Parts: sequence; structure tokens; C-alpha cells
Amino acid sequence: MASEMVLQVENIAKSFGKLEVLKAIDLTVHRGEVVVIIGPSGSGKSTLLRLINQLEQVDSGKVTVGGQILCENDAAGKAVYADKLTLKAIQLKIGLVFQNFNLFPHFSILRNITEAPIHVLGQDEKTANSKATAILNKLGLQDKAENFPFQLSGGQQQRAAIARALALEPTMLFFDEPTSALDPELTGEVLKVIRQLAAEHMTMVVVTHEMSFARELADRIIFMDQGVIIDAGTPDQVFNSKNERTRQFLRHYSA
Amino acid sequence: MVTFQILPYLLEGTLKALQIFVLTLIFAVPLGIIVARLRQSTLKIIQLPIRFYLLIMRGTPLILQLIFFMYFPPFILNFPIDRFLAVILAFSLNYAAYFAEIFRGGLESIPRGQFEAGHVLGFSSGQTFTRIVLPQVIKRILPPSASEAMTLIKDTALAQIIGVAELFRAAQNSTSRLVSIEPIIAAGIIYLVLNSLVAIVFNRFEKKLSYYRH
Ligand SMILES: Nc1ncnc2c1ncn2[C@@H]1O[C@H](COP(=O)(O)OP(=O)(O)OP(=O)(O)O)[C@@H](O)[C@H]1O
Ligand SMILES: [Mg+2]
Repeated sequence: MASEMVLQVENIAKSFGKLEVLKAIDLTVHRGEVVVIIGPSGSGKSTLLRLINQLEQVDSGKVTVGGQILCENDAAGKAVYADKLTLKAIQLKIGLVFQNFNLFPHFSILRNITEAPIHVLGQDEKTANSKATAILNKLGLQDKAENFPFQLSGGQQQRAAIARALALEPTMLFFDEPTSALDPELTGEVLKVIRQLAAEHMTMVVVTHEMSFARELADRIIFMDQGVIIDAGTPDQVFNSKNERTRQFLRHYSA
Repeated sequence: MVTFQILPYLLEGTLKALQIFVLTLIFAVPLGIIVARLRQSTLKIIQLPIRFYLLIMRGTPLILQLIFFMYFPPFILNFPIDRFLAVILAFSLNYAAYFAEIFRGGLESIPRGQFEAGHVLGFSSGQTFTRIVLPQVIKRILPPSASEAMTLIKDTALAQIIGVAELFRAAQNSTSRLVSIEPIIAAGIIYLVLNSLVAIVFNRFEKKLSYYRH
């Protein structure tokens, strides 16, 4: 792909105490691309997303988001972060959808979506409301605006969480196992929304265990194991990989 | 019925008890929030003194603390302290410790995901606290706070130990002066009425916040 790079991760490492969770990770994402990350439990997929989203601190390495440097190594090889303003700007470029939604239970669905645009971006209430309503319409939640999260099904809650992330108009959307907390019959409606976003060329990085979905949707698949990227390529390349670990993992998950 | 005779006297005591109650809440609740947040600090030089304060306040009798604040300033620091001020000081510091622990429990019961969602959406940590976390904490701590407030109503009776003429002192005085049990019974009824009001107010709040579930 010759288009613009929106995310560049270079040689990042992360440990929790003695446990090395990520080792020498490189990752590049281009505008409009859908990158799917797969790998066994504990391989560091969530940690990678959380580092880029500033929910964890990188130990070493460089992360660039849309031309702005989030962190890079000092002379001693330790990651140093950008100033607060840059961090905030980068934060707003990336939306994150969590496995268990994390909607705000005390706000209506509409307010869940408008709270950040109003109080972080400084939009006026009317603008924020009409934008939120448009997003809710698009995601099929128009009649849920006044409801509270506990009144929604899991699938609806996850779609509301996606709407909340979209309201900040991020350049890139991350999903960390968006359907893992859902009953099987509810995963479809969430996958449909992600498909819809892919069709609109939303840049996305998706961690998932849904292999058929990964194969269908991804421009590129990354297979991680024990904190390293073992395999990367188009779905066809990865699903026909010669790498023994990749093959073993895929056999396990297609079963 | 001697009660009607001494009713104005009892009501005066009730007013004093209510003053202690209201002033203690006004100081103890915000102080408790601050203490709770400091208690969560990872810095030992902040956390340890706070834990020491919590231990002293919750580990010694309130009646002892009252006497301490009454006599420590004049005898050790050489300046006299107003009785009522000593009462407010002791009650506020004591109740702040209990509110702090209630508050900390509430704070720790909020899932990490709420803080993380706030962070990822670009809220500052102050905004995440006031807009997202605090309202949920308040809902969760209402029941234990109601108990604490009801205990405070009853604890105001302890102020008489350093000579503040609150309701209990008034009733006790009347009982010995008139050789009648009636004033004490009347005082009991007044405490009950006050605490029923406290319970009603807290129930209202709980109802008001019942529009959502966690
Ligand atoms: N805050 C933390 N403190 C200590 N260890 C952690 C922390 N977060 C993650 N880990 C550990 O880091 C490793 C990688 O975790 P991570 O959540 O990134 O894996 P994952 O690939 O997302 O797994 P899963 O598919 O189960 O979600 C695991 O061994 C996990 O126990
Ligand atoms: Mg994970």
C-alpha cells in the first residue's frame, strides 16, 4: 500500500516486573487499512493496543501516530514520552473499543456519546447531540438514545461503545476482542458494524479470536505469540503459512 | 406532664445537637474525600501519616478525643479553646476518618475500565473523577453513609462530656431537677424523630439515583 502511514511502532518492548510481555515489536498501519491481530491468550495483544492508547507505559522503542511522536528512546535506550499536549492530541486520534464495553452506567446512551465531544473537544451541546444522533442512526441504535446501558443487550452496548468512540472522529479505531464478552447470537450485529466501518475505509486494528471474520475483513493479519510477531501478511499468506506455530494456532482455532 | 414545661429547654438542646451534626458533616465529608484519595497514594510519606491518622481516629474512643481537644490546647499549647469549637474539631476529624474509609471502599469498587474509558476518551484525570467516577461512588456509598449519619446524630450526646449543653445534657439536667423520667423519654423520642428524618432524606437520594444500575 502506498498510502499515508498513520501508525508506526518501532522496536517496542514492555515488561511487567520480570515478565517480558512484548519484545521488539514493529507494526505499521496505513490509512484505510484493517489490521487484525491474532494469537494465543497471554501473547501480548491487549498490551500492545493499551501501550499505543497510553493505558500502559512503553519501556523502550518508538511510537509515531499520524506524524506525531508519542515516545522514543533517549540515549540510554529508555522510552521518553512527548509533552502533555501532544499526548492528548495523540490520544484523541485513536479510539479504543473494549472487550467489556465500559460504558458509563450513570449516563444515558446519548450522553455516553456526547460527554467527551462536549467536555473534551468543546463542542456545543446541540452540535454534539445531532452528531451523536446521526451515529446512533447509522449503528441502528436510534431508539436507544434515552436508555441507560443496563437496559441494552450486550450487542447493543458494544455498538453504543463503538458509537462513543466514533463521536470523537478518530483517525483510527482499535478493538480489543469486541465480541468476546457476547453471547454467540449477539456477535453478528457487532461484526456487521465493524464490516460497515471497513467498507467506509475506517482505519482499524482489531484483536479477535473470530478467525473467519479475520480472514474476511483483514487487509493484513498479524500473528503474535509470547510477545513477538511470528507471522504477518495478507489473510491468504497467513492462513497458508509454512510457519509451524502459526499452523498449529490456526488448526486449534478452526476446530 | 412536666415535659411541656421543659420543652423549650429540650428544643434548645436539640438545636445544639443539630448544629454539631450539620457542621460535622460539612467538614468531615470533604475532608474524608481528600483523606481517601491521599490514602491511595503510592508515596509512603503521604500514605503512612494518613494511615496513622485513620488508626488513631478509629482506634480510640470519640469521648477521649473530645476531652483531648478540650484540654490539649490550653494545657499544652497555652491557648484556650472554645468548648463548641473543640467539639466540632473532634467530631470532624473523627467522622472524616470513617467517611474516608467508606469513600475509599466506594472508589475501589469502581471497575478499572471506567477510569480507562475516561482516559481513552481524552478526559483529564480530574474530569474522569468528577464526571464519571464520583457520581457512581456516591450511589454506592449512600447506604453506609446513612448509617454513619444516624450514628452521628446519636454521638452528638457525647458533646456534653466537655460541657456543651446539647439535647442529652438538657434532658439529664431536667430529669434530676424535676425528679422525673419524662425528659429522658422525650429526648429519646426527639433522637428517633431526627434519625427518621435522616433515613428519609437518604432514602430519597437512593431513590433518585435508582434510575441506573451498575
Ligand atoms: N497490568 C499487568 N500487570 C502484570 N502483568 C500483566 C498486566 N497486564 C498484562 N499482564 C500479563 O502480560 C501478558 C500479556 O497479556 P495480554 O493481556 O496483553 O495478553 P493477550 O494476548 O491480550 O491475551 P488474551 O487473548 O487472553 O486477551 C500476560 O501474561 C498477562 O498476565
Ligand atoms: Mg487481551
